[in-house]
Amino acid sequence: MGLLTPSDLQAIGLTLRVAALTTLVLLLLGTPLAWWLARTQSWLKKPVGALVALPIVLPPTVLGFYLLVLMGPQGAVGQWTQALGLGLLPFSFTGLVVASVLYSLPFMVQPVQNAMEAMGTRPLEVAASLRASPLDSFFSVVLPLCRPGLVTGSIMAFAHTVGEFGVVLMVGGNIPGVTRVISVQIYDHVEAMEYGDAHRLAAVMLGFSFAVLLALHLYNGRQRRGTAE
Amino acid sequence: MKSALKVLACSAAGWVFSAACLAGEVQVAVAANFAAPIKAVAAVLEKTTGHTIRLTLGASGKLVAQIRNGAPFDLLLAADTQGPALLEKDGLTQPGSRFTYATGTLVLWSADATRVDARGEVLRSGNFRKLAYASPKVAPYGAAAVQVMDRLGLQAALAPKLVQGESIGQTFAFVQTGNAELGFVALSQVQQGGQLKGGSMWVIPQSLYEPIRQDAVVLRRGASNEAAQALMQLLKSPAIKDLIRSYGYAA
Repeated sequence: MGLLTPSDLQAIGLTLRVAALTTLVLLLLGTPLAWWLARTQSWLKKPVGALVALPIVLPPTVLGFYLLVLMGPQGAVGQWTQALGLGLLPFSFTGLVVASVLYSLPFMVQPVQNAMEAMGTRPLEVAASLRASPLDSFFSVVLPLCRPGLVTGSIMAFAHTVGEFGVVLMVGGNIPGVTRVISVQIYDHVEAMEYGDAHRLAAVMLGFSFAVLLALHLYNGRQRRGTAE
Repeated sequence: MKSALKVLACSAAGWVFSAACLAGEVQVAVAANFAAPIKAVAAVLEKTTGHTIRLTLGASGKLVAQIRNGAPFDLLLAADTQGPALLEKDGLTQPGSRFTYATGTLVLWSADATRVDARGEVLRSGNFRKLAYASPKVAPYGAAAVQVMDRLGLQAALAPKLVQGESIGQTFAFVQTGNAELGFVALSQVQQGGQLKGGSMWVIPQSLYEPIRQDAVVLRRGASNEAAQALMQLLKSPAIKDLIRSYGYAA
């Protein structure tokens, strides 16, 4: 790792912390949301599904701009966080995690929702006939059966957060150790014409992203073979 | 009717070939602090010559890096002298075209009308959460802000509160939205027609930072561009110098 500068290493550490925490929050929030989307008959299903998918198509600048305004002192979210004594979210680690949760939401929710829909209602009916409570069957039937979806969602959400750039650039304020993630660090190197540093860090990102996607494909391939047997 | 058709044909042809119709077009890279004045200058240029300006705004250092890597600009209005000088040394400019079109003024500004006092004591009070400045590596106004904090002996005290914009334009956005209560921005961003547009500010004494002399230079591509030459002439005219001064520059 001698090739990377201390500030590069700091950016890598920060990025991993943001991505890990984001993935954890998404598991806790995204799983019930995916469950609701998979099971509901409500007319709200389609609009909510579209809302969840928005970050896939929205430019990060739109998300970043809205977050900057909403989380600012005049924004609805900003007034709320101030009233709760949390202060303002832009330029903070917490703010970065909040932004990342929104930004990576579909990457968690969609695979989990797909897995839950593919499972069908049959396992739940069996669980109910064995007198399992809905909560019990959710934890002991649904989650184990949907594990491939949860694993895929977690990996995608983690990797997508590591690759986040535009939103961070707009709400981060480029603070070392707090909001200067790898992608912003690379951008800084390029802008300052430190191409050697940019190359080394970019190569790390390339290697990491490829390894993650390869691992995901291998995992999915094994799952499919597993169910076929 | 005929002239309307001509304009239409011209702009259609211009769109397809981006070639020389009667009125030319100049592709200008402009340091973010000069965003407001260049739009006023563009309006004058278009009215007097028919030439139009296509603007690309950014931090000075970034624009220079882009030009060195082949960005297709005719003209650079930088926020410093080093960038244009570097391009000149690299042989990327029209020889002899470099000149200082404005000298910038750094201010400490808040969107809150009561926060900044006329002597900048608020910086020492520490009575704020975030202080925004532009990336000193690429934005001369950011480098000037670092000098100010240094000469006031406040660099260590302010360090935990600093947030960095990638250009003076983004820095202004951080302060304008109130996410940073204070920020080092260009006077030209908060003043128009000699009046503060809103908020409160401290015009930082020149003794606290090196003068921000801003150079313009014609790039190689612009040497044969009539619109680029016309814009350079315009920037040197007394009327435009007055206009530039009204945004808070020395010109």
